[in-house]
Amino acid sequence: MESPASPRRNVEVPEGLWIRCTKCAQMIYRGILEEELNVCPECGHHYRISARTRIGQLNDPGTFEEFLPDLESSDPLEFTDRISYKQRLEEVKAASGEKEAIVVGKGFIKGRPVIMGVMNPMFIMGSMGAVVGEKVAAAAERAIADSLPLVMVTCSGGARMMEGMVSLVQMAKTAAAIARLDEAGGLYIVVMTDPTTAGVAASFAFLGDVTLAEPGALIGFAGPRVIENTIKTRLPEGFQTAEFMLEHGYVDRIVHRKNLRSELAKIIDYCGK
Amino acid sequence: MSTQPVAGGAGASGYSHLLEFEKPIVKMEQEIQRLEATQVSSGRDYSEIITSIRGQLQIALHKAYANLTPWETVLVARHPKRPLLRDYIRMLCVDFCELHGDKLFGDDRAMVCGFTRLAGHKVMLIGHHKGREVREKSECNFGCAHPEGYRKALQKMKLAAKFNVPIVCLVDTPGAYPGVGAEERGIAAAIAVNLMQLSRLPVPIVACVIGEGGSGGALGIAVADQVAVMQNAYYSVISPEGGAAILWKSSEHAARAAGALKMTPPDLLRLKLIDAIVDEPLGGAHRDPLAAARNLEQWIAGALGDLRRLKPEALLRRRWERLRGLGSFFSTSAEQPACAGKSRKRRRGKEPTTLADAPA
Repeated sequence: MESPASPRRNVEVPEGLWIRCTKCAQMIYRGILEEELNVCPECGHHYRISARTRIGQLNDPGTFEEFLPDLESSDPLEFTDRISYKQRLEEVKAASGEKEAIVVGKGFIKGRPVIMGVMNPMFIMGSMGAVVGEKVAAAAERAIADSLPLVMVTCSGGARMMEGMVSLVQMAKTAAAIARLDEAGGLYIVVMTDPTTAGVAASFAFLGDVTLAEPGALIGFAGPRVIENTIKTRLPEGFQTAEFMLEHGYVDRIVHRKNLRSELAKIIDYCGK
Repeated sequence: MSTQPVAGGAGASGYSHLLEFEKPIVKMEQEIQRLEATQVSSGRDYSEIITSIRGQLQIALHKAYANLTPWETVLVARHPKRPLLRDYIRMLCVDFCELHGDKLFGDDRAMVCGFTRLAGHKVMLIGHHKGREVREKSECNFGCAHPEGYRKALQKMKLAAKFNVPIVCLVDTPGAYPGVGAEERGIAAAIAVNLMQLSRLPVPIVACVIGEGGSGGALGIAVADQVAVMQNAYYSVISPEGGAAILWKSSEHAARAAGALKMTPPDLLRLKLIDAIVDEPLGGAHRDPLAAARNLEQWIAGALGDLRRLKPEALLRRRWERLRGLGSFFSTSAEQPACAGKSRKRRRGKEPTTLADAPA
């Protein structure tokens, strides 16, 4: 997927042929890690992966057809913090090779046609601005039009600050789009990956008919540091993880990355008409 | 209470309740009061000097409030004397019939719901309440609702929809409560479900931010057919302090973040994210709560009146089209997008369009 000329980071693992797992500190050969879909073979830590890597893992080879690949943010606030948002976008586009924080399209999972959206943690932490909102809404509409299941792989820090309220209202837009899919009787499966938080968690991520999560994924609304500041104590071990959300009844199943494709296919079959 | 003129309240307890730019104004007000009292006790005529100070006072008010910076707007929105939800209920609502509890977990005091007669309509009123005194504030978690608050609001809104009663939402929250219990009980899921259900409740919904419109906690009751923000309120993706901490790595840049995040009513109107600004009396709602309440009532009456003429199907279509059109982006491709031909093509560098430009 990567060309040698553009050493893009598609996986959030350290550089080098041998990698020390950031979780368990074991030395892993890079080839092995890639074979294991970027899950540490020693401790099972699921590394963050780019949208393209994920699409390659989930879809039948060569079947994915992208929608709206050229939508870009128009910087509605003309925003500047330490650098201008326009400049930040240019830098992130160059580093990630993507134009935005989500890829949507049509693909096939073990021969089953689906509409799929995959968020990209390498693009401003998968944050949702107007383009992400538009693509999620468009994907839901396409799922309605083609009577296909919608599979959404979420991975986001929340609404994108640099688009201010334009970002916040995307929560309402995406939730309303999912409501229409629901009314049309469409199947909506969410796969929560690390991290799924704040404005994305509190909109289209937590509206799945079926909600799957990858092991250990951070899932929640408020940031852990914000909560620690409120309650003035350290948070318990495992707080806001996929396992925590399963325990409290907000996730249906925790699925290892290597089983994700077959589990999705199974659920699509159970919900098939 | 809030219907008293503010000068009395502020004068009694010193200047601690005052914003920096309010101090000269309150000094003048106290001077007028002192002169009036002396006039009565001494029998001397100070009317000329009082009139002159009154004139100066008006000029000072205009000067201070005509050009509030975004940060000053945030401070006025959080003003300790600013009318809160229960003040508006006292001033505007007839026969308020409060309905508690989410029928699942508990009763969140940060969220107030109930049937009432308001602005000439029978409505379901939903709103955040911050609390006024220390004890009430802590009971209400300063207006930060938990999942049970959002679920309570939804349960009451569904009740209203069942009996064709329109819904009025008054938003005043720094944000949803960031705590362990809130996460355990699924605050993200609760807000998500509200957004989804509000998009399809077949009765008119109007929402107005009366103070703070803090992020998802505000939006959780503000998906509506008409949205307004009061003149000295704000509505933002994140609090200025939170935004500063993330973007500038220090909450000391809050004033800067308040400007950059475009959270004031004029900016929101310009970005076509809201439909109206509800005017406040000169010097802010806290200087004349009743006048502010009347303006709010007038906006609600107008907005609801228009919406009630729509049939449910038309109302829901209109709500969806408004939501569908939210956003501002462009496509670099010359081709018609492969999916959902609704998004318009725009060239780089052109004026961005926003929700109101959405195809109907």
